[in-house]
Amino acid sequence: MQGFGDAFAAAFGLIARLDADLVEIVGLSLQVSLTATLLACAIGFPLGAVLAVGRFPGRGALTVLVNALMGLPPVVVGLVVYLMLSRAGPLGALGLLYTPAAMIAAQTLLVVPIVAALTRQIVADLDAEYHETLRSMGAGAGARMRTLLWDGRLALTTAGLAGMGRALAEVGAVMIVGGNIDHVTRVMTTAIALETSRGELALALGLGMVLMVLSLALNALAMGARMGAARMAHA
Amino acid sequence: MLRLVASGPGPDAAMRLEGVALRRGGRRVLDGLDLAVPSGGITAIMGPNGAGKSLALRVMAGLVRPDEGAAIPGEGLSGPRDIALVFQKPVLLRRSVRANLRHALALYGVPRRARRDRLGELLDFGRLAAIADSPARALSGGEQQRVAMVRALAARPRLLLLDEPTASLDPQATAAIEALIADTAAAGTAVVLVTHDRGQAGRLADHVCFLHKGALAESAPAGPFLLAPKSPEAQAYFAGRLLL
Ligand SMILES: Nc1ncnc2c1ncn2[C@@H]1O[C@H](COP(=O)(O)OP(=O)(O)O)[C@@H](O)[C@H]1O
Ligand SMILES: [Mg+2]
Repeated sequence: MQGFGDAFAAAFGLIARLDADLVEIVGLSLQVSLTATLLACAIGFPLGAVLAVGRFPGRGALTVLVNALMGLPPVVVGLVVYLMLSRAGPLGALGLLYTPAAMIAAQTLLVVPIVAALTRQIVADLDAEYHETLRSMGAGAGARMRTLLWDGRLALTTAGLAGMGRALAEVGAVMIVGGNIDHVTRVMTTAIALETSRGELALALGLGMVLMVLSLALNALAMGARMGAARMAHA
Repeated sequence: MLRLVASGPGPDAAMRLEGVALRRGGRRVLDGLDLAVPSGGITAIMGPNGAGKSLALRVMAGLVRPDEGAAIPGEGLSGPRDIALVFQKPVLLRRSVRANLRHALALYGVPRRARRDRLGELLDFGRLAAIADSPARALSGGEQQRVAMVRALAARPRLLLLDEPTASLDPQATAAIEALIADTAAAGTAVVLVTHDRGQAGRLADHVCFLHKGALAESAPAGPFLLAPKSPEAQAYFAGRLLL
């Protein structure tokens, strides 16, 4: 086992010379989590808007459910997707287990409740302001949702960024359905877990630093979006 | 501009309220309100704060269903395309002026091919061309009120309901809004104007309805009414004595 100083130096070295393994792992991580986040937004934005604006039986229960699912442990999501995709499962025939597609599916499932719940809140707040105006203009439910989603676009960006942060940082789901296979399904978090357990701290630390920088960047973007949304509101 | 209106607007009314009652917070805030809006010209609605003027406009716009009585639109008028309402504090979308108007044109179902020309007309009419690409909510109060008015006119409504459109504006912005209101009425749209400003009612209105405690206290041609109202409520209001 190396000393901490050596490990840090080696980690910086890996980043500085764009080590091929490190770049591959970071690339796959970004690809999987970004795809999952985009899919989750495609589902979560309209779902959140429907929960905020729609009037239908079961809306309250569905809202509670979505809010509860926000805190779902990633390993549980991984387990559920594993059962679906395993050879005996209902989607076993697709042969997706231990592929990036399975990881995308699991992370999408993990992120949808986050995006939907945040979207519901954002759209409901905006609706409180727009409701009477849109009604006086004869807007139906569909037009109202489209208007609210578009005018909440910057605030909704923060919902997407929060989802992306969660996807990039989770280990449990991708570990179970991806299997952490070298060059195939190894992403930042699963690689860090494995390398650390093997005492290979350089790569783990290097990936950890990249993950932290990404997380900081996501937060900075979210802050910018929040400020932009405030400016749009009453500038 | 001046238009003579018979003191009891006839069957060609743009809107009639008949015995409208509305409960809010355990009180009858509209209490048997009868009121007719002529199908042309400008009708001012006056009355103290809390008299029910804003609620009466919401009832006319179909946004609030009265507990008793009815709001009866004039012949051939129905829905937001024909009856447009501008709230006292208009809410503009988080978009440019142009995009706000485009949004309204789409909502009102103006055919796509007609939207571009209509948009140009609206920008001209509201003297908004110079600020068409500014974010609407960044504009001054007067400009925002102009955008809100022009937005309400997007689908050429037959009846335009305005709730204290100049309440918080400076004289110059007020003059601009008053010019728009006069132009709108001159183009044949019936206008209902809630105002506390006697001078404004004198400059614009053909007819005045005076509300007190959710009911009509007086309805009269603007000239005589503003000179010497007949009802004790209106007399007390103009003398600064009427409180609700
Ligand atoms: N949602 C509500 N709940 C309770 N009271 C209300 C509500 N809306 C209006 N009111 C009351 O109804 C009365 C008439 O209101 P409004 O039509 O806004 O008066 P104004 O003539 O000043 O426009 C007021 O006393 C107001 O406080
Ligand atoms: Mg009012």
